[in-house]
Amino acid sequence: MAETGIQYESPSHEAETAQAGMWLFLASEFLFFGGLFLVWTIYRVTLPDGFAAASRHTNIVIGAVNTVLLLVSGACLSAGLPAVQSGNGRMFRRILSGALVIALLFLALKGLEWHEDLNEHLFPAAHFALSERGAGLFFCFYFVATFLHGAHMVAGIVLLLWLLRRARSEPVASLRMPAESVTLYWAFVDLIWIVLFPLIYLSGRV
Amino acid sequence: MSLTLPARSYLTEDGRLRSWLLSTDHKRIGLLYLGTTTAFFFLGGAAAALVRLQLIEPDGAIVSPETYNRLFTMHGVIMVWFFLVPVVPAALGNFILPLMLGARDLAFPRLNLLSWYLFVFGGLLSLSALAAGGVDTGWTFYTPLTSDYAKGHIVLVTAGIFIAGFSTIATGVNFIITIHRLRAPGLTLYRLPLFVWSLYATSVIFVLATPVLAITLVLLAFETIFHVGVFDPNLGGDPLLFQHLFWFYSHPAVYIMILPGLGIVSEIIPVFSRRPIFGYKFVAWSSVAISVIGFLVWGHHMFVAGTSVYAAIVFSMLSYLVAVPSAIKVFNWLGTLHKGSIRFDAPMLYALGFIGLFTIGGLTGLFLAALASDVHLTQTYFVVAHFHYIMVGAMVSALFAGLHYWWPKITGRMYPEVWGRLAALLIFFGFNLTFFPQFILGFQGMPRRYATYPAHFQVLNVLSSAGATILAAAYLLPLGYFAWSLARGERAPANPWGALGLEWQVPSPPPVENFRETPTVTGSPYAYPPMEDGVQDAADG
Repeated sequence: MAETGIQYESPSHEAETAQAGMWLFLASEFLFFGGLFLVWTIYRVTLPDGFAAASRHTNIVIGAVNTVLLLVSGACLSAGLPAVQSGNGRMFRRILSGALVIALLFLALKGLEWHEDLNEHLFPAAHFALSERGAGLFFCFYFVATFLHGAHMVAGIVLLLWLLRRARSEPVASLRMPAESVTLYWAFVDLIWIVLFPLIYLSGRV
Repeated sequence: MSLTLPARSYLTEDGRLRSWLLSTDHKRIGLLYLGTTTAFFFLGGAAAALVRLQLIEPDGAIVSPETYNRLFTMHGVIMVWFFLVPVVPAALGNFILPLMLGARDLAFPRLNLLSWYLFVFGGLLSLSALAAGGVDTGWTFYTPLTSDYAKGHIVLVTAGIFIAGFSTIATGVNFIITIHRLRAPGLTLYRLPLFVWSLYATSVIFVLATPVLAITLVLLAFETIFHVGVFDPNLGGDPLLFQHLFWFYSHPAVYIMILPGLGIVSEIIPVFSRRPIFGYKFVAWSSVAISVIGFLVWGHHMFVAGTSVYAAIVFSMLSYLVAVPSAIKVFNWLGTLHKGSIRFDAPMLYALGFIGLFTIGGLTGLFLAALASDVHLTQTYFVVAHFHYIMVGAMVSALFAGLHYWWPKITGRMYPEVWGRLAALLIFFGFNLTFFPQFILGFQGMPRRYATYPAHFQVLNVLSSAGATILAAAYLLPLGYFAWSLARGERAPANPWGALGLEWQVPSPPPVENFRETPTVTGSPYAYPPMEDGVQDAADG
């Protein structure tokens, strides 16, 4: 994004517009995940036993650690915004790198968890390990949701890398709007996980 | 084709194929969309032609029932997702919206190009699956038919629709943000052209309804591949849940397929009757009302599917409510025409045809919103006729109205007026002959989606197929004379219709940057002087 588009009056006009676009895109994303949460909740109510039994087979330790990791990464990015405003490029780059490492750690743990799940035959296809009615449905939602969430994490990581690259070559003060937009997106990914965590790990344990 | 156009325009700036395929100019992307949606239109139309050919004989004239199922599925899938949904917003809207706003481009030009590629990719994916044997579920993919009994490449077709869905979300985001952020100075909310209002209302549906379809298709694909019972009752799933989620998108999508048409007609009526639009604010807000209420009526597709009576009553009343803003528009168009000095140029003929077809389609919708009569009429040809009056009769007329109206702006050439009028009349006649008999057939109880029918329905079916022949010829006519016009058409002036919108203040065809200097807007785009009173001050509408 080297120069201002011909349709804009100024760089700030363009940057603010991009941020408005991010808000609207996230509204759309909420309905995407919202449909999944709706179906999940309906079946959790109609098939409580199967969902509870299946939920107990998830790895709550990895789930809890990942929740902490993701929230910390989100907090990091939010803490990076004052650094952008005050023009502290070095601080901002450090914070970005930190968030990036935490995000990769999240994905690595998630991969480990998937690996375990597959070994325990928890993928709801042939040789599925559980027999309770609804358990297969739970793991269908589990794999769809964690895959989609993971895909959004990967997109977020690409955005972080892009921001980091720009922060190396441009004065950091000019990155205020893109930094806010990426932070917004990351907060959305956090939020989805905050809904997913109790749905996946807690519903059979409380 | 020998294109000799003004020295500098978006058409002549860089003629290489590469520069078209990588263009971020909203005008070129609009034309890319126009080309691809037109191709899909004729593919879907070919499937429809075979369907009508089959139904000439009670026992079926040409294909087996299995093939027939695949044909009408192909027709529905292509026409809904790859023609009707994108054609007016993404083709005409893309071209005209920034010009109407006094902007040089959409807010996110690269996203705009990406959305076209997603659309083409999704379209080709679905098309390849349809070509490789097709799907026999109908465009609604109801479970358990889809997950248990249907044969064909369901996952591939739905994957194509999923991808094309993200292309429409991108277009919706682009349009809404552009309308908020890139209006010329002085272009206040109530000075916006009504086409812009309708595109805004359409985009809201794009952004908020499409993602629900997307996640539904993901779950459907998971169920189909791994046999987990999300929607399939044989596996413990709930088929009604699928219908709820499907129609939560697909009913608003019906308004995607008509709102932009309402906008086009609201543009054309004032210009060709030289009158300010009657009740601007009502016409504007009725678009928003249709979009909002449209989110709350999906249950009327499920009156006989086993939903609760109380839910059905609520959905029935809400469905009636949609008729109010729709009727407001019709009355206000008539109010605009009243005492106007009307010119019957081709765009106006299409727009007037639209009003008639939209009114018939809308009023017959009330029969289906009423619980008692819906029980009798649902799953019959009455429904087929009703939604074709809206989505084909009205919307395709609106598309042609807009295409003829803005053709001089888009290409810098005039189309042959006589041919334009002839095609408009033929389309109106052919359409009514095709679909009016289907109202009667449905009322007499002929069910939809069957490859054969009892012999006493034959006369009306033959009439309908005869109408389809006329309609097909009439749809081919514009293809011919528009192509002729590209090469030989008379040069178009900047403003051939004497219209007031900003898009008519730039040369035809527009330069790459649209406006050399950002225009300042001082009045309504519909401030046509009333004829009797002479020229009045063109104040705010």
